[in-house]
Amino acid sequence: MTSNLEAPLRRAERDAERVVAPPIVSVENLSKTYASGFQALKHIDLEIRRGEIFALLGPNGAGKTTLISIICGLVNASEGRVLADGFDIERDYREARSRIGLVPQELTNEAFETVWATVSFSRGLFGKPPNPEHIERVLKSLALWDKRNNKLITLSGGMKRRVLIAKALSHEPRILFLDEPTAGVDVELRREMWEVVRGLRDSGVTIILTTHYIEEAEEMADRIGVINNGEIVLVEEKRELMRKLGSKQLTLHLLHPLGEIPEALIAYHLELAADGKELIYHYDASLALDCESGDDASGITALLGDLDAAGIHFKDLHTKQSSLEEIFVSLVRGRQ
Amino acid sequence: MNFYSVRAIYTFEMARTARTLLQSIVSPVISTSLYFVVFGAAIGSRITEIEGVSYGAFIVPGLIMLMLLTQSVSNASFGIFFPKFSGTIYELLSAPVSSFEIVLGYVGAAATKSILLGLIILATAGFFVPLQIAHPFWMLLFLVLTAVTFSLLGFIIGIWADGFEKLQLVPLLIITPLTFLGGSFYAIDMLPPFWQGVTLFNPVVYLVSGFRWSFYGISDVSLGASLTMILLFLALSLAVVSWIFKTGYRIKP
Ligand SMILES: Nc1ncnc2c1ncn2[C@@H]1O[C@H](COP(=O)(O)OP(=O)(O)O)[C@@H](O)[C@H]1O
Ligand SMILES: [Mg+2]
Repeated sequence: MTSNLEAPLRRAERDAERVVAPPIVSVENLSKTYASGFQALKHIDLEIRRGEIFALLGPNGAGKTTLISIICGLVNASEGRVLADGFDIERDYREARSRIGLVPQELTNEAFETVWATVSFSRGLFGKPPNPEHIERVLKSLALWDKRNNKLITLSGGMKRRVLIAKALSHEPRILFLDEPTAGVDVELRREMWEVVRGLRDSGVTIILTTHYIEEAEEMADRIGVINNGEIVLVEEKRELMRKLGSKQLTLHLLHPLGEIPEALIAYHLELAADGKELIYHYDASLALDCESGDDASGITALLGDLDAAGIHFKDLHTKQSSLEEIFVSLVRGRQ
Repeated sequence: MNFYSVRAIYTFEMARTARTLLQSIVSPVISTSLYFVVFGAAIGSRITEIEGVSYGAFIVPGLIMLMLLTQSVSNASFGIFFPKFSGTIYELLSAPVSSFEIVLGYVGAAATKSILLGLIILATAGFFVPLQIAHPFWMLLFLVLTAVTFSLLGFIIGIWADGFEKLQLVPLLIITPLTFLGGSFYAIDMLPPFWQGVTLFNPVVYLVSGFRWSFYGISDVSLGASLTMILLFLALSLAVVSWIFKTGYRIKP
């Protein structure tokens, strides 16, 4: 009984802490113009909260990899600054980088190294003394322990990706960047990867992942930042984003099939489906019942009243939230 | 100084040598032996002595230099070119290491290999000709300075090269000709006066000359000139490397 209550409470506590604590990554006015003259990032401001999974969502070419690459030290910024756990990534690069792990988008590996050797190398490279127990823990948590003596060239794509994660975790970073962790990965492996990422978050690592799969952001993230054409379009709690931007759909399963929609209900733009057995109503979730005023701008209350008046009765109803896909499409379209 | 980082890079690079032992050690030893057979035996039977040193012995320092230069450049250039080419350089760039530590790891490993190789070739030469080292300390100093300097040059080439052709072009088109024309197989004063003058613009002449002096006490140019030249070269390479890291040339867009 108590355990049922404790979990959500702890979660709420953790959420509250996250909001109050200083951001673990803060990006200020960051711009990047490549040598070609192409401006890949335009005045980005972004704060990542401690312990969250943050999804950077955007189409190909939006600037996700560029942003991550600057934070991790692979690309020079043209303007602006970035703090990682309070340390400037340029001035205090040692402090900043020792807290960061990066799993790149491309699968790059030293083909003839063994799993164990390459992960141990990474730890050394990041300036940490050898710690075989830690490497063992990491490999076990990623289901790579059995493969520790295998050469990388013999591993499957999914395993290679996990080796890259193991390398990134070898030096016990507080912040982990995953650039398109599931691009080109089949459904099953994707689920597996999500489990791994959640496990990492639960161990206290802050995770920033990029993706162009909305489904992935929806599934994984605590917060979502949408990036397009080098600009952050919005940053929002996932739930909030769904609530704010999601149009909802109410389906009424009618008691008696309807031939056509009565005159009195025309204003609701209803849709008939399933041979007149279902009545569908689209409404804006952000306008749902306001408790204080008692107003219902979504129109549901009025609709139900009018249905009753028209003598239309229903035996069941359900509502469906629009997916991030739909939200995203409308967002990007709205800005063009 | 980040000891563990430098050690990680250094041991990784040395392990790469171990994996490619045949290519790294055996092939230079074989080609050196071939030089001895061809130059030492064939030409040595015509030119018996240069400044009191048998021709076979005379060419030993030059041969070691030839191998030292080409191997330093190719080892170091490949060592940094490959991660750049395969993309694994991302890890190096994201690590909390200074550019000095990166260079120390890569160039240190490449120079170590070259020095070992130089000593192996020296030992190989001992099978063919009687050796004599008049100034062992200077011999080692020249060996180390040359290995380090040309490993730095290799590192620069590895960063500059954006394809395998360029990677092989510099050793092939610049280093090898300069070494062959640098007095490895002859004394400079054996050339006509005009070419003697031209030769003095070849930096390798100073290296070979100084190195040969440490063996036999004979030289084409003064020891001071040799030492100045190599230190100048070292300083120049260091300057270019630090410029590369400051600007991110070819490694950081
Ligand atoms: N080195 C580079 N030089 C010039 N343009 C680049 C470079 N790298 C990326 N770009 C461009 O910057 C834009 C953003 O790229 P990227 O950050 O990789 O996007 P994403 O990861 O969101 O797909 C793209 O239009 C890409 O072509
Ligand atoms: Mg990308």
